[in-house]
Amino acid sequence: MAIDIVQKPSVGLSKIALSQTHGENSPYFAGWKAYDENPYHEKHNPSGVIQMGLAENQVSFDLLEEFLENNQEATSWGKNVSGFKENALFQDYHGLLAFRKAMASFMEQVRGGKAKFNPERVVLTAGATAANELLTFILANPGDALLVPTPYYPGFDRDLRWRTGVEIVPIHCESSNNFQITLEALESAYDHARSKNMKVRGVLITNPSNPLGATIQRKVLEQILDFVTRKNIHLISDEIYSGSVFHSDEFVSIAEILESRNYKDSERCHIVYSLSKDLGLPGFRVGTVYSYNDQVVTTARRMSSFTLISSQTQFLLASMLSNKEFTEKYIKINRERLRKRYETIVDGLKKAGIECLKGNAGLFCWMNLSPYLKEATRESELEIWKTIMEEVKLNISPGSSCRCSEAGWFRVCFANMSEETLEVALRRLHEFMDRRRNGQVLSME
Amino acid sequence: MAIEIVQVQPSVGLSKMAVSQTHGEDSPYFAGWKAYDENPYHETNNPSGVIQMGLAENQVSFDMLEEYLETNLESTNWGQKVSGFRENALFQDYHGLLSFRKAMASFMEQVRGGKAKFNPDRVVLTAGATAANELLTFILADPGDALLVPTPYYPGFDRDLRWRTGVQIVPIHCDSSNGFQITPEALEAAYDHATKMNIKVRGVLITNPSNPLGATVQRKVLEEILEFVTRKNIHLVSDEIYSGSAFCADEFVSIAEVLESRKYKDSERCHIVYSLSKDLGLPGFRVGTVYSYNDQVVTTARRMSSFTLISSQTQFLLASMLSDTDFTQKYIKINRERLKKRYEMIVNGLKKAGIECLKGNAGLFCWMNLSPYLEEPTIKSELAIWNTIMHEVRLNISPGSSCHCSEPGWFRVCFANMSEETLEVALSRIHAFIKERKQVL
Repeated sequence: MAIDIVQKPSVGLSKIALSQTHGENSPYFAGWKAYDENPYHEKHNPSGVIQMGLAENQVSFDLLEEFLENNQEATSWGKNVSGFKENALFQDYHGLLAFRKAMASFMEQVRGGKAKFNPERVVLTAGATAANELLTFILANPGDALLVPTPYYPGFDRDLRWRTGVEIVPIHCESSNNFQITLEALESAYDHARSKNMKVRGVLITNPSNPLGATIQRKVLEQILDFVTRKNIHLISDEIYSGSVFHSDEFVSIAEILESRNYKDSERCHIVYSLSKDLGLPGFRVGTVYSYNDQVVTTARRMSSFTLISSQTQFLLASMLSNKEFTEKYIKINRERLRKRYETIVDGLKKAGIECLKGNAGLFCWMNLSPYLKEATRESELEIWKTIMEEVKLNISPGSSCRCSEAGWFRVCFANMSEETLEVALRRLHEFMDRRRNGQVLSME
Repeated sequence: MAIEIVQVQPSVGLSKMAVSQTHGEDSPYFAGWKAYDENPYHETNNPSGVIQMGLAENQVSFDMLEEYLETNLESTNWGQKVSGFRENALFQDYHGLLSFRKAMASFMEQVRGGKAKFNPDRVVLTAGATAANELLTFILADPGDALLVPTPYYPGFDRDLRWRTGVQIVPIHCDSSNGFQITPEALEAAYDHATKMNIKVRGVLITNPSNPLGATVQRKVLEEILEFVTRKNIHLVSDEIYSGSAFCADEFVSIAEVLESRKYKDSERCHIVYSLSKDLGLPGFRVGTVYSYNDQVVTTARRMSSFTLISSQTQFLLASMLSDTDFTQKYIKINRERLKKRYEMIVNGLKKAGIECLKGNAGLFCWMNLSPYLEEPTIKSELAIWNTIMHEVRLNISPGSSCHCSEPGWFRVCFANMSEETLEVALSRIHAFIKERKQVL
């Protein structure tokens, strides 16, 4: 029964509650609305909006379903739900030991055994969203800054800033060198923050990158590590797409570099991981802060009380991830399928006359429509974005929502739909580009 | 493999929040846990170990939950052939599973005997009441502002309401002269005290039924509190996580009932916190909710819940369980009866030992009065006897001072987190202890 209550704006709310930092009034979310109102369906709505703005991994569910069907005790706490009571009572913020071990082991496997992870350093949080915010609370005071390379995941504006009061100062990257982070860009961002009297507390990188869909080179990682050491600040490496690298030897984790340096200066380093992308389980809320700093581990663990993972879910995933046969197979096949999808979309776009950044990871490609902009401005970018949403009926993410300094780039997701739907989307784009070339698309003149 | 990393002293700094002590873990409340962890009681393996009576867990009704699960396996594995798995695993909408929100609203109505209605669209889900209380504090108050909280209160509030929010707690002092009930004078005194210190009061947070008192807040008192917050134009947060643990259903009055009887006039300042950790005994599953009568708070809380969502796997299971009204009616009824029986057992046992308790009617604990046995009416004496009880009697109970009680000598003693046999052992130990102490005094 709906309870309609007359709302007089009488009693006040906090500044945090009233601020716009939740970010939901940005274009990034407007596209979602268009999709929600007219969602594509193969049979029921073949002319609806295809959702290509959602970085979900739907290509490997069959492997998960197979595991579940063959391992019923993982979902029903053993024979006759014998393990239920103990599991339901377990709320220790250290997390289920079996699950922490399984997570550490899975993180090692994703990195091909090139780095070791200690279960005692695994702190569990309800998703990477919570992990990133938690680390920000721990490493920075309100008004301080984290340096983040652009383009970056639009959610960071909320996750890193909203309740923490911490600022993001962008490290500008550009297409001239494939958006790689340079030492000059790092120094420039640092100086810019200082000129605004902001204290810089750390650098936060996403590796593999969202939205670029590309891994960070070893050389660049080493430069970043030297930079943060020199400035005596922190380094957070969000590696939630590490299992989505198409070729496992192309991903270098900060963990490998630290290990190769015998962990010298590692107490400034922290890794964020999650099962939302690699395993396709965003609903289960499984994130982790992995820190090489003992004080951060202790504090993060205490703070995780506000965002614990359901013990029911820890139990299930402890079982799944400690099954090495399953995880080896899953990681391998998942990579192959993502690579195939990536090739499909990039080739399809090429045939339509659209180039993409050379990518090697993730659930999306970084598409370049700058040659087709009226002017090299954000307004032109949003114009073409609107056209694509309303005419072509594809929801893609404009680079401006990722704070990209160059107009015309778009993130296009490819793993949250069937192969058939992807073909439909590519065909629509192809036809759109054809029409445009033949001068039939007036809205872009 | 352990990675030992030499931590160079102290190189890269952490935030003020990280180095503060507001996490509260250096208090006596947690020291007792350590004593228990080092020497835990076990019926057969360690019969002289420490009995844990400081943990407010509900273990008296698991058999009913287990029975439900065994007969409803599809709720744990997404139906036949895990057909619902994919959709559930992908579901991360901060609105929460509609079927689960409906089930929660319905369960909250049943717990209140149908005396109040709940709208599923006002149910915001969080990973536990711990998260719900912090979330509301972020939304209702700015750093430096205050919430007024009646003493004695749950020790965890010091961390939950203050640590990351920067909000302060100003106590509303309650004492034994009237059964620790909240009075209008105490409310005004707390408000004035905050104002004198130049602190802006944003709201009152009550726990009903109360932790640690184990007693419901009277309807008359609820109305006085509501009238007070309306007059001061501030918020009222009612933490009702023990509502299903009231021994007699008609003795619990929810703020929801009071608001409904006033046709929701001035209700946009009211917010209820609920959880399944106590009533259903599922603290590990992290199921909490903010139920607000204020649209803007609902919208903002929902957005903020992104940082603390409930696992969709758990929402799916509990949507099934809680929408089975046959099961829930039976559970609520039998759970109350068993808690009542435990309460009577402990209170009678303590009485025989010469110890009085506050007259309670809810919760998983009793509020025990050892003030006649203190050397002096001071916190020091209280902690001395607490230490003795921990090390000699080997019971971990919670001292009133950790709950900010203004009168020394009161202790919270949990009774629902152990078997009846263990409870008997604990009672006989107390009996022996008091007997000995009386001879000495």
